[in-house]
Amino acid sequence: MAHIDEAPQQERAAAPTPGKEKRLPARDRLTVIVMVTVPLLLVLFLVWLPALGSVALSFGKWNGFGDIDTIEWVGFQNYQDIATIYPPFWPAIQHNLIWLGFLFLIPTPLGILLAVVLDREMKGSRFYQTAFYMPVVLSLALIGFIWQLFYSRDQGLINDVFGTQVDWYGDPDVNLWAVLAATSWRHTGYIMLIYLAGLKGVDASLREAAAVDGANEVKTFFHVILPVMRPINLIVIVIVVIESLRAFDLVWIVNKGRNGLEVIGALVAQNVIGEATRYGFGSALAVIMMLISSVFITIYLRTVFREERRG
Amino acid sequence: MSRPRSTGALGGTSVPRSALVTMAATRRTVLRGAALSSLAVGGASLLAACGGDSGGPASGSGATVKFGINEAEGVGAAHDRLAAIAQAYEKESGTKVALNAVDHNTFQESINTYLQGTPDDVFTWFAGFRMAQFAENGLITDLSDQWPIDGLNDSFKQASTAADGKQYFVPISYYPWAVFYRKSVFEKNGWEAPSTNDDFMALMDDMKGKGITPFAFGDKDGWPAMGTFDILNMRLNGFDFHMSLMAGDEAWDGDEVKLVFDTWRKLLPYHQEDPLGRTWQEAATSMGKGDCGMYLLGTFVVDALGENGEDLDFFTFPELDSSIGSDALDAPIDGFCVAAAGKNQDAGKAMAKWLGSAAAADAGNNAADAPFIAANSGASTSTYSDLQKKSAEVVGAAANIAQFMDRDTNADFASTVMIPSIQEFLKNPDDIDGVTASIQEQAASIFG
Repeated sequence: MAHIDEAPQQERAAAPTPGKEKRLPARDRLTVIVMVTVPLLLVLFLVWLPALGSVALSFGKWNGFGDIDTIEWVGFQNYQDIATIYPPFWPAIQHNLIWLGFLFLIPTPLGILLAVVLDREMKGSRFYQTAFYMPVVLSLALIGFIWQLFYSRDQGLINDVFGTQVDWYGDPDVNLWAVLAATSWRHTGYIMLIYLAGLKGVDASLREAAAVDGANEVKTFFHVILPVMRPINLIVIVIVVIESLRAFDLVWIVNKGRNGLEVIGALVAQNVIGEATRYGFGSALAVIMMLISSVFITIYLRTVFREERRG
Repeated sequence: MSRPRSTGALGGTSVPRSALVTMAATRRTVLRGAALSSLAVGGASLLAACGGDSGGPASGSGATVKFGINEAEGVGAAHDRLAAIAQAYEKESGTKVALNAVDHNTFQESINTYLQGTPDDVFTWFAGFRMAQFAENGLITDLSDQWPIDGLNDSFKQASTAADGKQYFVPISYYPWAVFYRKSVFEKNGWEAPSTNDDFMALMDDMKGKGITPFAFGDKDGWPAMGTFDILNMRLNGFDFHMSLMAGDEAWDGDEVKLVFDTWRKLLPYHQEDPLGRTWQEAATSMGKGDCGMYLLGTFVVDALGENGEDLDFFTFPELDSSIGSDALDAPIDGFCVAAAGKNQDAGKAMAKWLGSAAAADAGNNAADAPFIAANSGASTSTYSDLQKKSAEVVGAAANIAQFMDRDTNADFASTVMIPSIQEFLKNPDDIDGVTASIQEQAASIFG
């Protein structure tokens, strides 16, 4: 694919030069300035300022009482504590990675499969769409409650039906997988809907052409549909990565991210938004999370820009 | 943009009924129920939005005092009592009370922002370390000129006092932690509440022999097991050591704390297995059904049983060391503070004083179907259940009262260190040295 993309790039690079001397009328220039500066300021104040604030706070120790001058600056102490004497940290990193791998391997392909099946306009496909998408719409409080009914050790449906005594939420070897199952329940529907929307946009003539050429369903999907769906695939990948890095809600509902369910997002929350007010320590955790995310974001942005240059 | 409401019916009605069932009366952490956490994030700004400017005279007739309460409308007795108390004060003093009812969990988690923003004049809070911490940081108003308050004895005054020796708090109610059991189950088996450690051990062995787990136990939410730590520490090392440990002045990896964990380890076989996946409500249910003989919890245990507690009785945790005795217990006290940033200090102070009176407690108890146990000795006990009458007696007889670990120590430490550490211990009870060493390292970092 890559070799044919080189040529147009050169042409485009040459194109802007003649336009350089042409000046925009004052009104247009004003519009451009406003359109650039307003979003820029918003991004600065709503994204970069808080992010840099977190970075700054992560070098201090502050319980939230009093003004900023009551912050005691401790250098890298918070980071050092996190890595050495804070027991939940390393399990949390591990759990986030497991989360990422799991989402990629099970619910994402499942969601894509469901989308492809539902795209065939079979009878009742609307009903199935709604049914599978339902978990995405349900409120978190309700989801926590529903799964509590399934997983409760003494009174739960699963243990009742199978006569088992598994401590689904309490056993640290089991509860991560129990929560991942619950996450998949939601994630599958999410991916399905996004993919379904993408599939609706695929030109029907491509399929017909493939059928005329004698390709079967599976072949058509992998050799025709999937490549055409490239932008959607990219979005799906990004969503999966983001979802697993910010894994938080279900874990928080189950046990506030403790005892086998440590994830970075929950640790940040435990230290900052709960009763505890370890703003410095929590910020340090958030910065670590930000750094990990930015690795993925960089990869994503690079891919997107490369794509655009090609386009 | 709409104008901020001065009385927020925040959240209360939008919380699913299922989550509310367990939320009835006293215990604040009941509300930590996971279902509500999502409210927490938006809470801070909403709380702040409840403020506004105040006008009119400072106190007396025609004045307005803002009253922030940590129970949202619709949660039942807990809110009704506070609302009735506010009304009674309006009638009594002619001061207008602007009620700001906030969901319990939200209130608690946003307290820092709240107090440093535009807080209400008077607000609901708890006695203990965090109250003292607010006092130390100048966030709440010195109420020592309002003390003594008729009917509140010295131990309540003590509980209302911060490190500087001044009072910053006015108590209204409390509830004890004790060992609860079903009267009918004990009668049927011929058991009696134990008074000595030997009786206690014999009772537990007999229960085990009869196929009943002696202690119901659940620690999914992390805080209930703190009650077990508290009582063991008070029984083995005494009240003074316990309080000084909570204040960060003792070593967590010393022999005293190790003794507590070691005793606990020996008692674990008498507890329900797999506590980390069980909520306290589920544990209470197993005690209610008779699968377990006893349950160490606060009086809010009745809320989970869905009954009025007529078949319940309790005893205080028996003596473990005769040189220490058994006259200390956890009995968290709820009450009120005046916010230092509140606009109307005089009216706030006057109201706070009145809130400690017997009349305030009676106004609350007469208005709700579930009464609280009033701190004021002059309050009427006619609405009390037998359980509450006994609670009042037991707490009255106790020489020392602790407030429960998460109120007695730094909140940062309690929730980010002690909860995971106790859970780690429950998973792996044999590694006491490892757990205590880890607690000590983190305590040193937090208490600095």
